[in-house]
Amino acid sequence: MSDTERPIRPEAISGERYLEVQASPEFQELRSRLRRFVFPMTAVFLLWYATYVLLGAFAHDFMATKVWGNVNVGLIIGLGQFLSTFLITGLYVRFANRELDPRAGAIRAELESEIN
Amino acid sequence: MTTLVTASEAVGDPVANIGIFSLFVVVTMIVVIRASKKNATADEFFTGGRGFSGTQNGIAIAGDYLSAASFLGIAGAIAVYGYDGFLYSIGFLVAWLVALLLVAELLRNTGKFTMADVLSFRLRQKPVRLAAATSTLTVSLFYLLAQMAGAGGLVALLLNINGRAGQSVVIAVVGVLMIVYVLVGGMKGTTWVQIIKAVLLITGAAFMTVTVLAKFGLNFSEILGAAQSAISGSTTTGVASRDVLAPGARYGGSLTSQLNFISLALALVLGTAGLPHVLMRFYTVPTAKEARRSVVWAIALIGAFYLFTLVLGYGAAALVGPDRILGAAGGVNSAAPLLAFELGGVILLGVISAVAFATILAVVAGLTITASASFAHDIYASVMKSHQVTEAEQVRVSRITAVVLGIFAIGLGILANGQNVAFLVALAFAVAAAANLPTIVYSLYWKRFNTRGALWSMYGGLISTIVLIVFSPAVSGGKTSMIPGVDFSWFPLANPGIVSIPLAFILGIVGTLTSPDDEDPKLAAEMEVRSLTGIGAEKAVAH
Repeated sequence: MSDTERPIRPEAISGERYLEVQASPEFQELRSRLRRFVFPMTAVFLLWYATYVLLGAFAHDFMATKVWGNVNVGLIIGLGQFLSTFLITGLYVRFANRELDPRAGAIRAELESEIN
Repeated sequence: MTTLVTASEAVGDPVANIGIFSLFVVVTMIVVIRASKKNATADEFFTGGRGFSGTQNGIAIAGDYLSAASFLGIAGAIAVYGYDGFLYSIGFLVAWLVALLLVAELLRNTGKFTMADVLSFRLRQKPVRLAAATSTLTVSLFYLLAQMAGAGGLVALLLNINGRAGQSVVIAVVGVLMIVYVLVGGMKGTTWVQIIKAVLLITGAAFMTVTVLAKFGLNFSEILGAAQSAISGSTTTGVASRDVLAPGARYGGSLTSQLNFISLALALVLGTAGLPHVLMRFYTVPTAKEARRSVVWAIALIGAFYLFTLVLGYGAAALVGPDRILGAAGGVNSAAPLLAFELGGVILLGVISAVAFATILAVVAGLTITASASFAHDIYASVMKSHQVTEAEQVRVSRITAVVLGIFAIGLGILANGQNVAFLVALAFAVAAAANLPTIVYSLYWKRFNTRGALWSMYGGLISTIVLIVFSPAVSGGKTSMIPGVDFSWFPLANPGIVSIPLAFILGIVGTLTSPDDEDPKLAAEMEVRSLTGIGAEKAVAH
């Protein structure tokens, strides 16, 4: 792979320095916190969505069960998908603001101070 | 269908529709021209100088994402098939969590103009960029074609232009306006068009929703009951027996149609975060945090909008009735416009019609700038010229590409007018989910991932999706196929995602593990540190 194939990027921070930062405990902490939140959460909402889709495809009678007036189980679970989407969005934003932004900011500030 | 002409001459006043639409064009054109003062640099042209706030970008994303298919199509599907129409909107919404949790912020931190910037970051530039650009162009073209062809049907309904020549002229006008928006306004102009359109669309839908709810004493259950009795009283063959409050009216018939539905659901939920025109929007904000805020706004607006369409769809069934909807010129797509006419007469119909046109314009402009940026930045500058071109040159090539694409889209749109190309939007999502998403996720989260894995996954996903659709009932062998009268289909599902998406994920793993681990660990470290911390991310242009 020749260097000319690389896009032009600011080379102020060396590859060795990136390796060092990547191995640092602060960065590993940030990385694992991010992953420990987003991977399980993704699994949760995909499973919940899959349940809904499978019920919609195969369990018509169950979904048609009336709960309140003409509102049936299918509509309630469907609206539940909206609710869970809004809820997970809120949870993630709170998590990212509290746990990710300060850690990412600290690492970024340190690296930026080295360039300037 | 029983009658074909009943509603087509009765719907509103075409002059009012055209007048309100022209007003939209004039206003957006002024905004675009004002926004275009600084379009000299590539940053300005491709990203609007990365100067939009998260809120603005979130509204623009909603404007980009809520295409005519999701406004007219979903409301219409709910009106006629009931619950099965609602299923679509849930897939379209939940999909945004993939973008929020896994993609948006890391992409913003790593890339510059296009999706390929991220995918090729730590892999071999030319082959990976070429693959990513091929997939970008394919997805954008399918999506573009669906919008342009849909414009023809919309014209028949809203402007009462039923002749083929007249419809072709309108398609050409839409195409020319799109070219002008992109050429003059670049990303900044396109974004403003999308913002204005999103505000109009969501306000219009909200107003109609409140009006429908008020008619039924704010009792949603009564709307459902009225919708079901209207459906049961239908004289159109096959409609009266539908239970529109439960799933199954459209996809319940057989195991094939159930699998078809599951396949579609998979493509919708995984496709959004792989749509190049959606991903490119994240470069228009200054930081990853603003990218996050964009998605939050997009989720709120898109979610609210789909809740409105639920009320509008059932409301249209109850107040307009399935027979009038199916008998109107635009068929299922006419549910929302007919409901507007029922609720607010000529003026409201004019506004909703203009919004529907504005929707097509805003979406096609977003697609065009994405496709032309990818061609100029990925194929021309990187693959053909090995980065030996200036950014001004990239902008120039991109402008030429936009014109060529626009002319191409007008031609294809006129040819495809009247054909059943509704499957193209679902196909675009399927290609995005199969060809793009696996590589996006692997390259952001899997250290060992390498060039062969990326190429196998991208080309495997792209080719398998397209081959399966060509040999599916969507193209031949069915009553509603694109090419009627011939049958060369052997794949039973019109939605190939259930096969091609897992295949692409697996190919990424197999390709990676069968080639030596020879990628540069320094680049991998750089990509990971940059993606998570935002160090070295492209900055907003100072004004």
